[in-house]
Order: sequence, then C-alpha cells, then structure tokens
Amino acid sequence: MRYIPHTEEDIRQMLETVGVGSVEALFEGVPAAVRLNRPLALPAPAAESELLRELGRLAARNATAASHLSFLGGGAYNHFIPAVVDQLISRSEFYTAYTPYQPEISQGTLQAIFEYQTLICQLTGMDAANASMYDGASSCAEGVLMAVRATRRRKVLLSRALHPEYRATVATYCRYLELEMIEIPFDAAGRTEPGELERLLDKETAAVVAGYPNFFGVIEDLAAISAAAHDCGAYLVAAVQEPIALGLLKSPGELGADIVAGEGQSFGIPLSYGGPYLGFFAARKKDLRSMPGRLVGETVDSEGRRGFVLTLATREQHIRREKATSNICSNEGLCALMATIYLSLLGKQGIREVAKQNLAKAEYAKQKIAALPGFSLPFAGPTFNEFVVEAQEGADVVLGRLEAAGILGGIALDRWYGGMPGRFLVCVTEQNSREEIDTLVAALAGGGR
Amino acid sequence: MKSLGTTGLILNEKLIFEHSDPGRKGYSLPALDVPEAPLSAELARNEVPGFPELSEVDVVRHFTRLSTWNYGVDSGLYPLGSCTMKYNPKVNEVAARLQGLAGAHPYAPEHLAQGALALMYHLQQALAEISGFSAVTLQPAAGAHGELTGMLVIRACLEARGDSRKKVIIPDTAHGTNPATAALCGYEVVPVASDGILSAAAVAAVMDGEVAALMITNPNTLGLFESEITEICNVVHAKGGLVYCDGANLNALLGIARPGDMGIDVMHFNLHKTFATPHGGGGPGAGPVGVTEELAPFLPVPLVVKDGEVFRLDYDRPHSVGRVKAFYGNFGILVRAWAYIRSMGPQGLRHATEMAVLNANYIRARLEGTYHLPHRRRSMHEVVFSDRDLGGDCHTLDVAKRLIDYGYHPPTIYFPLVVKGAIMIEPTETECVEVLDEFCDAMLAIAKETQENPDLLHQAPLKTRTRRFDETAAARNPRLKWEG
Repeated sequence: MRYIPHTEEDIRQMLETVGVGSVEALFEGVPAAVRLNRPLALPAPAAESELLRELGRLAARNATAASHLSFLGGGAYNHFIPAVVDQLISRSEFYTAYTPYQPEISQGTLQAIFEYQTLICQLTGMDAANASMYDGASSCAEGVLMAVRATRRRKVLLSRALHPEYRATVATYCRYLELEMIEIPFDAAGRTEPGELERLLDKETAAVVAGYPNFFGVIEDLAAISAAAHDCGAYLVAAVQEPIALGLLKSPGELGADIVAGEGQSFGIPLSYGGPYLGFFAARKKDLRSMPGRLVGETVDSEGRRGFVLTLATREQHIRREKATSNICSNEGLCALMATIYLSLLGKQGIREVAKQNLAKAEYAKQKIAALPGFSLPFAGPTFNEFVVEAQEGADVVLGRLEAAGILGGIALDRWYGGMPGRFLVCVTEQNSREEIDTLVAALAGGGR
Repeated sequence: MKSLGTTGLILNEKLIFEHSDPGRKGYSLPALDVPEAPLSAELARNEVPGFPELSEVDVVRHFTRLSTWNYGVDSGLYPLGSCTMKYNPKVNEVAARLQGLAGAHPYAPEHLAQGALALMYHLQQALAEISGFSAVTLQPAAGAHGELTGMLVIRACLEARGDSRKKVIIPDTAHGTNPATAALCGYEVVPVASDGILSAAAVAAVMDGEVAALMITNPNTLGLFESEITEICNVVHAKGGLVYCDGANLNALLGIARPGDMGIDVMHFNLHKTFATPHGGGGPGAGPVGVTEELAPFLPVPLVVKDGEVFRLDYDRPHSVGRVKAFYGNFGILVRAWAYIRSMGPQGLRHATEMAVLNANYIRARLEGTYHLPHRRRSMHEVVFSDRDLGGDCHTLDVAKRLIDYGYHPPTIYFPLVVKGAIMIEPTETECVEVLDEFCDAMLAIAKETQENPDLLHQAPLKTRTRRFDETAAARNPRLKWEG
C-alpha cells in the first residue's frame, strides 16, 4: 500500500509503546454487535497503471469539445483556460492546504482570497464579497435567505427566466422556512414581465430574484427591476450565471442590485461535468454582518506588517451555532484561486475583449440562424453569448440530427418549460471559430424545411 | 532536539493590484473572425474599474511567491483533528484532469456522458457498501451541505408520515455546523450533555414525540466511539424520531463497522476527509449522503441509475426534496474519491483505518502524562488533550503558535468546545513513525519551554514571515478589499 508507510516492525514497536497486543485491540471501544464481520464488497485494488487505464476508458465514453463541436451553455461554459491557471493551482502548497485557520502559515491562501474578494467587488460593482460559496445556484439561495433576514419579510419573487436549477435550489433551501415563493412570468422579449412584477410586488416582499443575463441569455432591464423592488422596500438579488458578461455589461451594483450571487465557472474552471464550480456572493456594506460565508480581512501583525486573516467569524456556525447566518463551512477556495489567476491574466483589457468576442460570435450565429427557413428567434430582448432558437421541426429532432453530424448544438428547453417543444438554447463563446459556427448553421439548414 | 523549521529565503510580495502597469497583457485571444457586434450604451459599461494589468510572468511569479507562504499536507504533518488532512495521491490529480472527465459538459446528452455516469453510479454503490446504507446521493458540495440535505430528507420523510415535529437533539460534542443546519431546516435545537460518550439514558430523558431527529457524530469529536449507539438509535426510533450521523470521522471505521448497521438513518460523507481528496485551502469538498431504504425516495434529484447496461439520471422521484445545487455534485472531487477507493480496495481501506487509529494512539501514548488527557477511554483516529497542566500561563494558542516554529502545522485548537483549552490531534494513517516521533518530541520540548521560557511561547511564532496578527482590529474595522 503505497500511501501507508508502516512496516511490520513499525507496527510491532508502536503497539508496544501504546501498550496493546494487537491492532485489533485498538478497536475495543467498538462493540462486537456493530462490527462488520466480513470484508467490504468492493473491487480488488487497482495498480496505478490499471487505474489510469480504467479511468481513461470511462473518459473516452464522454463527449467533450475535443470530440464534438459544442454549443452547450446553460450555466456551464466552454471558455479557454490559459495554461498558467492549472500550473499554478497545481502547486501543492495551495491545493493540499486546509481552511486558513493559522494565518501565519496560510498567507498565500489568505492574500489570494483577499484579491479574489476585491476582483469580485470590482466586477459586480458591490462593496463586499465573501470568500466563495459552493456554486451559483446555492449562492443564489443564500442570497434569498440573506434578503429575508435583512428585510424581515417572507415573500420571495423569482423570475421564471431565472435558471431553472437555481430556482429549484432556492425552493429546496426555503422548503421549511415558511416563505411564500412566487414565480414572475417572462414576456415576448424573454425578460421578466414588468407588469406582473409590479402586480406581485408589495410591502411583504423580501426579494426579487432575476438572472443577469437570464437563463435564455437575455439581458434583463435590471435598473427597472431594482427600481420597482426598492419602491416596495424589497431587495434585488441579481443572479449571474455567465460572469464573462460583466466584462461588458453595466455592473449589477451600478443598476441597483442589493445582492449579487453568481457562478464563477467561466473564470478558468473546467466544465468537469457540473462541478466543482465557484459560487460568488457580493453585497452592500450595510449588510456586511448578515452576509453568509467566510470573509478575509486585512490587518497587521505584531510588528506592523500587512497581512490577512479570516474575520467577522461571529456570524459563523462555529461561534453562533444555531443563530449563525448560514451553515456554510467549506468554501470553494481552490476554485476562487483559479478565478483570481484567470482574472489577473485577463486584466482590464482582457475581460472586456473576451466579453466582446463572446457577444460578437453569438450575434453572428444568431443572425445566420434567424435567416434559415424553419428557424426563428422567439425572444426579442438583447442577448450576450447565448440565445433561444425555435425550430419548426422540434428541438429534439434538430439536436439529434446535429449530434449525428458531431455537433452538440444546444439544450432543449422543454424539460423545464413545458409547451416549448421547438425551443433550444444555443451558446457561442470565444472558443467557437467562425468556421464552427458556419458548420452549425449548415447542419441546421441541411434538415430545415 | 532538532528543529525542522528554519529561517531561509522568504520572499516579499505585494498585492496583485499593486503590480499593475497600464498596457500590460497576460493573455492572448485569436483575432476576431466575425464582425464586431454593437451593444447599446444603455447596457454597456466602459471598463471594469480597478482591474489589474499584468504580463503572464507577473502573474506566475505573484502566485508562485504566495504559494511559498502556505503550508500544505505536501509540506509536512498537518495534524488538524476532525479535519483529517491525509496525503492526497498524485494519480488522482491526473485522473481528474483527463480531457474526457474535465471537459464533459453537464448538459451533454446522457448517452454521450456514459463514462461520467458510470463513475458516479459505481461511487454511489461503493459508498453505500462502505457505510451500510441503501441509497446515496452525490449532489451535496461539502459536508455541511450534506448535513443540510440529510436533515431536509428527514423532515420530508416525517412530513410524508403526517408528522410535523419541531425539535432536534444535538449532543454537546457536535460540530458547530449541526445546530446551524437544524435551524436552517426550521428546527429548534435541544442540547444534551454527553460526558465524553453519549448515554442512551441521557437521550431518553429528552426524547419525546416532538423530536424529529438526533444528530450525532460517531466517532465523536473527542475521538471516542459512541459505544451506546445501537441503544441510542432504539430510544429515538421508539418515539418515532430518526438518527442523523455526521460522517466527518468515518475514516476511523472503514471496514470495521458501518453506520447503517448501527441503526443510523442518514449520514453524510466528507470525501476530502475519508477518501483523500485535497481540500484546496478551504474547498472544494464533496458531501454525499447515504440513507436507509425508507428515506431513499426523499433524496435530491437526480440520482444516477442503471437500466440494463445504460446509466441515466433519474428525475422521476416525486417525493424528492428537490435540488441542493445546480447539476449533479462536485464531479471532479468524486473522480478523485473513486480513484482512491479503487487504489485501496477493501483491504487497503481497512488498513488505512487501522493505521490511522494506531497513529493517534501512538501520539497519545507519547504525550500522555505531559499534556492533560480529559477523557481516558480508548482513542480512535484522533486524540484530544487540554492545556490544563501547562506552566508559565501558557495556553493552547501559545502551543499552537510555537509548533509553527518547530516546522509543523498546529493541531485543531479550542475544539471540541466541551474541553477547555482543547488540543485535538489527528495524525492520519499516511504519517510514518519517524514523523510522529519528531512531532511528539516537538510537543514535549514545548511543554518544557512552558516551564523554562514561557515568553518564547507567548511571542511565537518567531520564525515565520509574519508574526501574530491583530484579529480584533480586523473585525472592528473590516477591510475586505483593496481600495488603492
């Protein structure tokens, strides 16, 4: 067993020091009645080479952007990851460390998180960001819980154009908290319906939650939503599933959001079949003490040198126990580090340029597809890097046809939105060349009517 | 006594923003091959204010330097009790980065994701076998997330029985997340004192028809096996409640005993603790949850199922509590955990547990008598001492900081809360006897210093790049971002 160093002689000597006759005797505290009296029924150990062969075979059974042309988005995006990101996060001082409880020997993690918090504030236009959360959906749920705490109200309005899995996660988190959850319909633009929002908002409303961009890729009129919410004293929670958009779009903070909860996977984190991803969370200064999650703050050491520590722990579960602002313990530190490295490499110009490329390529694809007979764009609102297509022949038929041509052409929406059999979500990023987009369009046209 | 920590080349490093120089670029993008698209002025921002501008080498050097200020398992012994910092096998990192795994999109059609689904299915089965439960969800992203999931499942099950109870019993040895989780599920917390081991009689005294569940950690946070566990489960079940087990310390039981066989109804796994996935400076982890057959219908959707030779995601579960995150779980972590289980096999997992327990007891034997041992029962994978008998007005924090000077990450301190001045040491199975001896020698030398030169401890650490921080100032006047 190459991970366990003990020789027979080591074990003998150690047992002698402990003062027991056998390893078995160390388990005297475990009553015989609950002992397992057989070996675990698991496969025999695999040597390193066998393991890699086995996993290689499994890996080969998955489609990726290397085996297919991919236009899949929907909250998980195929963006380019510079080589630097994986090289740096592979430094084991980063990835084999724990939560930085001992700041004198964890300054690497702590300073990187402080930089991460700063970058998220700059990007979202907010005052304070935490040291990360599990993912966009759970971060959004924590945003709702925080708005409920801050407003002491019990009604929550969720846009139906918000990512369906974010809505489902919010519903699960709030399941037993006696909150009223209401969904706001979307309009012909693919945006949260303003009239319905006005009608549903009242003095009982704690939060309005909207995607930015939303699940259909449509850029919501966040300023109007926040004005309406604030008129009733409700919080606006902006959920960002594609944060590359923030390189180009006005920040949610500037448009009046009180809480910005989002998914950071686009910032240098691999798709990994859905996780681990990076939940980011930012809020206003006045709500600092009711924010969930860990926070890193600047301070000085006993000789006056700048350094960083975990701070405001009085909000946290290990001190406040059942009164804690959330039960969050782990964060996604290494994913936050990936995002910090990615954003540092891109910098001021790069984040804008990559956002512009996403927008331009998606617009190019949109126009080409809209011009095809049998296809249309059902939503009129402005989009960023993904958009909904309506196919006369049905989404499943079209996507199946594309797949046969080696193209993952989009995500059918009918599974979440009944009565939309023809609609699918297409995502185009900087990774898709014009040639790839043209191939997609030609494949769509090949079966169009 | 030789000290492993020495002073050496300690590099200084500014914040990334302080390196910025307008016009520098650290990225490259292909030339735009489609026409630029306009965005209306009403929607667009000018720039992201404050973002840095750096070359690639600036970024590489910055984070490389930061990494040298960190201590990880690969740097040396990391005896954080209850956090279980064991060696992270390197092949698992290679595995998780295979293009077919790291590059798989969660919305790829199921028949084009059979490798990922097969791996998840086999991991679900393996975790069920290891823990003795009927069904396992891989969706929760961390231990505390698993707790939330498990407690939601309990509440959903009770409500389906038409039984809306209001209280949850939590022993004083519990993890701090347990009461917070119970509160998130709308429960009121009833504490119960344990005296090291929770007695069935103590549970019976507070158990009534209003109690939905008991949350217990086994082995508990004192590193002791809850020997009355079966009786405790019987007491709770007899009054219609359910038993939740915090699986943080499952690494002490692999192949020895299974929580599912003890009468426990729900348990979460901390994959990073038990199955050697790295914790990345605070995450990501993964917190799968195992349940009995009765509770299986309430698990989050989707579950991975096998139909003949085909694996698929099952959303058709009408009693499910719903989702606790988007997609299916921290797949990259699941890959590492699966690789670990495959590398170890059944004998290897049991051997790991045996050596973890041997190592903890070895440290106990070497330090007992010098450090105060508040509970005398046989330790499992970790041992808890206290600062009671130290000299020179030295406390647990001083010992911890002084250990850094000797070249070690300190143990968990001031936890569990039931031991005043607790020092909780968990060496794990991947440390050899020479390392344990050196660590114990350092602990003994420090105990001696508390008598002979206590000031040294009060001032420690002395050899690190920075000294003790003013944590009060950080909380009083929070500076949570760089403002130039």
